[in-house]
Amino acid sequence: MIEAKGLTKHYGSKLAVNQLSFSVRPGVVTGFLGPNGAGKSTTMRMIVGLDAPDAGDVTVNGRHYHDLPWPLHEVGALLEAKAIHPGRSARAHLQMLAESNHIGLKRVDEVLEVVGLSAVARQRAGKFSLGMSQRLGIAATLLGNPEVMLFDEPVNGLDPDGIRWVRNLLRGLAREGRTIFVSSHLMSEMALTADEVVIIGRGCLIAQIPIDQLLAQSSQRYVRVRSPELAALKTALELAGATTVLEEDGSLSVRGPDEIAIGELAASIPVVLHELAPQSASLEEAFMELTEDSIEYHGGSGTAPVQSPEGAK
Amino acid sequence: MSISAMSRTVGPTKALPPGRYGISGLLASEWTKLRSLRSTMWTLGLTVVLGIGISALATAETRAHWSSMSLGSRLSFDPTSTSLIGVFFGQLTIGVLGVLVMTGEYGSGTIRATLAAAPRRALVLAAKAAVFGFVALVIAETVSFLSYFLGQALLTAPAAHTTLSSPGALRAVAGSGIYLGLIGLVALGLATIIRHTAGSISAFLGILLVLPILVHALPNSLANQIEKFMPDQIGASVVSLHQSDAFGAWTGLLLMCGYAVVLLVAGGVLLVRRDA
Repeated sequence: MIEAKGLTKHYGSKLAVNQLSFSVRPGVVTGFLGPNGAGKSTTMRMIVGLDAPDAGDVTVNGRHYHDLPWPLHEVGALLEAKAIHPGRSARAHLQMLAESNHIGLKRVDEVLEVVGLSAVARQRAGKFSLGMSQRLGIAATLLGNPEVMLFDEPVNGLDPDGIRWVRNLLRGLAREGRTIFVSSHLMSEMALTADEVVIIGRGCLIAQIPIDQLLAQSSQRYVRVRSPELAALKTALELAGATTVLEEDGSLSVRGPDEIAIGELAASIPVVLHELAPQSASLEEAFMELTEDSIEYHGGSGTAPVQSPEGAK
Repeated sequence: MSISAMSRTVGPTKALPPGRYGISGLLASEWTKLRSLRSTMWTLGLTVVLGIGISALATAETRAHWSSMSLGSRLSFDPTSTSLIGVFFGQLTIGVLGVLVMTGEYGSGTIRATLAAAPRRALVLAAKAAVFGFVALVIAETVSFLSYFLGQALLTAPAAHTTLSSPGALRAVAGSGIYLGLIGLVALGLATIIRHTAGSISAFLGILLVLPILVHALPNSLANQIEKFMPDQIGASVVSLHQSDAFGAWTGLLLMCGYAVVLLVAGGVLLVRRDA
């Protein structure tokens, strides 16, 4: 269980995190979403006591991180993948962390095995790819077999296989009753991994809701239509006040009327329909809708349309 | 790989070890950090080889020219301090290592893993200073004793030489090792305050090499008052049997101890207060 109440953090005059309150419960994967620069990493650093909040409070299992008797046995945190001295071997890195919390060397070899780094455990971490470094970081979070785990952008630099592996790992860990808090700027990834999301923008909480509710709530519903007489249908729909977009795949996205109204209109023309499929907005769109006002770095300036944050397509 | 295969009980029932993490685990951790870097081993090796090598060169050189030296030079020749010259070259490598022990963690980001594993930061610094200080002292004493014995062996008759039982010799040899270890801790303290490798090394070399030159440029009366507080003067007074204006060897070493403590405490306060 992680509980944040009114967390606030400035860096100089810049407000990084503003009155942020949320809770992360055990047994599910909680996604931590926001555009780059929204304050996700800062919040994670405050949870593990690396940065001190200017105001507010955050506890892990009801305690301040600083007061945990055995931090690594209680909380595992992957904060940045490359946080390893390039001259040190993967095994020595884990060993020095293990020793500080009285964790045996057997466990070091165990977690190296779990993340698939046993074969390169004695090589210098400086030679590791970003993906291997991520795996080593994940091994470090597993080291104390903690109940609470934080992952800051864990799939960065991983190949599709690695991404699937991390996804399964996180879901498995949550199933075991652990508290899993994982940040990402990729909505699509969260849709597959998280059960619940905490969404922030410009350091402020935008929403904390279950993923399916986020999708249902979105106003961006539309109907996908396919027809051999698409042009006629398009004209008729637009005359009826609908907004239509001709997609690259040849289908027509219709906003306004629902599938019943579109079907009836088609029948009255009459036009043959090959597909009539109501679509909920993709998570990406729901995310864009929520964070539209809070994106820190706009692509353009002035009246230019809001650009999607990097990576969020 | 199945995850459940490796997990034991989780949830509120998970059993924690008794007590709390503390200095014993942190000492083991710092020792692992120190010995797991090849650069540490190289630097320590270089300190030993360079220290002993330069001492051997200096004494062999003196012996070779002994017959052509003036009577005055022969009388004022100090065999002990000559054989310990290499120790002072060791200051540079030990100082750089003291800096890297701390800035290496900041540069690589390891500091965040370290402090997340052990959030009581003052305790982390204490463990680091203890482990590095101990290793630096052992290496420094090795260099000074080996330099001394090798140097005295090279100063064959008719050149003057001393033994450990000669007046002040043991103090000079053991003291120069202590001095070298303390210099390492001064560098560690500076690095804890500054956090960046280049800045810390510059500050360290500035204090060791540049500051004495600046002080020397002051009016004589003032310079004489200040010079004896400089680390290099303290070092000189430790190895030399006849220094007039300087502090005595033990007073000097106590002062060095004070410098190291002040810098480490200041570094510790900043370490606790600053975001990592």
